[in-house]
Amino acid sequence: MSEIEQIPVTMTVNGKKVQRFVEPRTLLIHFLREDLNLTGPHIGCETSHCGACTVDMNGMSVKSCTLFAAQANNAELTTIEGMANADGTLSALQEGFRQMHGLQCGFCTPGMITRAHTLLQENPDPTEEEIRFGIAGNLCRCTGYQNIVKAIQYAAAKLNGRDYQEAAE
Amino acid sequence: MIPGEFIYHRPSSVAEAVSLLVSHGDEARPLAGGHSLIPMMKLRMAAPEHLIDLSGVADLKGMQEVGDTIVIGAMTTQHELVNSDLLIAKLPIIRETSLMIADPQIRYMGTIGGNVANGDPGNDLPGLMQCLNAVYVLAGPDGEREVAARDFYEAAYFTALAPEELVTAVKIPTPPAGHGFAYEKLKRKVGDYATAAAAVLVTMSGDTVSSCSVALTNVADTPLYAAQASEILNGSTLDADTVTRAVAAAEAITMPAADGRGPAEYRTKMAGVMLERALARAAERAKG
Repeated sequence: MSEIEQIPVTMTVNGKKVQRFVEPRTLLIHFLREDLNLTGPHIGCETSHCGACTVDMNGMSVKSCTLFAAQANNAELTTIEGMANADGTLSALQEGFRQMHGLQCGFCTPGMITRAHTLLQENPDPTEEEIRFGIAGNLCRCTGYQNIVKAIQYAAAKLNGRDYQEAAE
Repeated sequence: MIPGEFIYHRPSSVAEAVSLLVSHGDEARPLAGGHSLIPMMKLRMAAPEHLIDLSGVADLKGMQEVGDTIVIGAMTTQHELVNSDLLIAKLPIIRETSLMIADPQIRYMGTIGGNVANGDPGNDLPGLMQCLNAVYVLAGPDGEREVAARDFYEAAYFTALAPEELVTAVKIPTPPAGHGFAYEKLKRKVGDYATAAAAVLVTMSGDTVSSCSVALTNVADTPLYAAQASEILNGSTLDADTVTRAVAAAEAITMPAADGRGPAEYRTKMAGVMLERALARAAERAKG
């Protein structure tokens, strides 16, 4: 048994305040998935390359496999589980991923959508190049980037009150 | 991959952080953005018994211009460097370089202090800091001392930083308005370390170089300030012959490892190519 004392962490996850005791070495991804049962954020590479574990922390996209839960103490977190509109309908981004076929196997999708969410908060009307640069930390092993970019463009258009005319590839 | 056990500390002042480092010695490691240290801990290649999270030390944040120097707190993130109006106006090469570090998620967490203090030859900011002739402020049990970036790096992961010291700030002399600059980085893919990279800062007086500074990234155990190349370029008109001689002088000081990024000879050559491109772009940007 561990002799290291557990430490208290408090955070707001998808609008809900949670408080737990954790081992200091607990990674945020394990805390989310195993303590909070939020299995949307995925464990892909576990080496901070793939971005499948991306969540939003205080308005920043972070790779939750490379962060201790303790570092997120007092933070506000949003995971894919918190992305839908308050009434349960799909957010513009989720709708975009559906309409533009922005997923194939779907493994990267939670990370892609959470990253795109933060990107659009910072840059509500990005160019295609800015989208590609902005999701450079998220890998899609199906290589479905064309439609992922279109999905984000769809969401940006919708949020800016425009129709998105392009069709999915 | 789960790291070994450790006791977590979150000091709120530099003095408190230093005193934790002093009392736990080699068993303690400071945690900045964590994107070098945490992966090493997950691989159990690092197993500190005490982890000292610096994110609660307010004094390590932020940046300001003090006289003719820009002072950047060690815990300033690369995302903050990229978006700083002060740096965009006075030191745009920092934005240009920071945008080539890793990916957006990592730039939200990665800090200037961690990047320069870790001693990883693949990091981009150490070479840039040598080019800019920055000075690192180190806090230890006996107070503060300053070490020039050009004197800081000894070998891969070996630096002038003592185990009980912290990098608290980076001080950069503000270059003259109208200076030219460029950071050219060859990499295999987004997020990769450089196969080779070159930083150039140049001021022109008409067609003549009135000052020039060159440094290279990831083509030796340490970043390389290319003193001789800088000297060759100084006072020149950046004519083809001078550039060729400067590139040769820069290539001569490289000692790259052969790895997945290519054989040593190739990386040396690419350091030269990066320098040539950086020089051309910096000269184009300079308003003399």
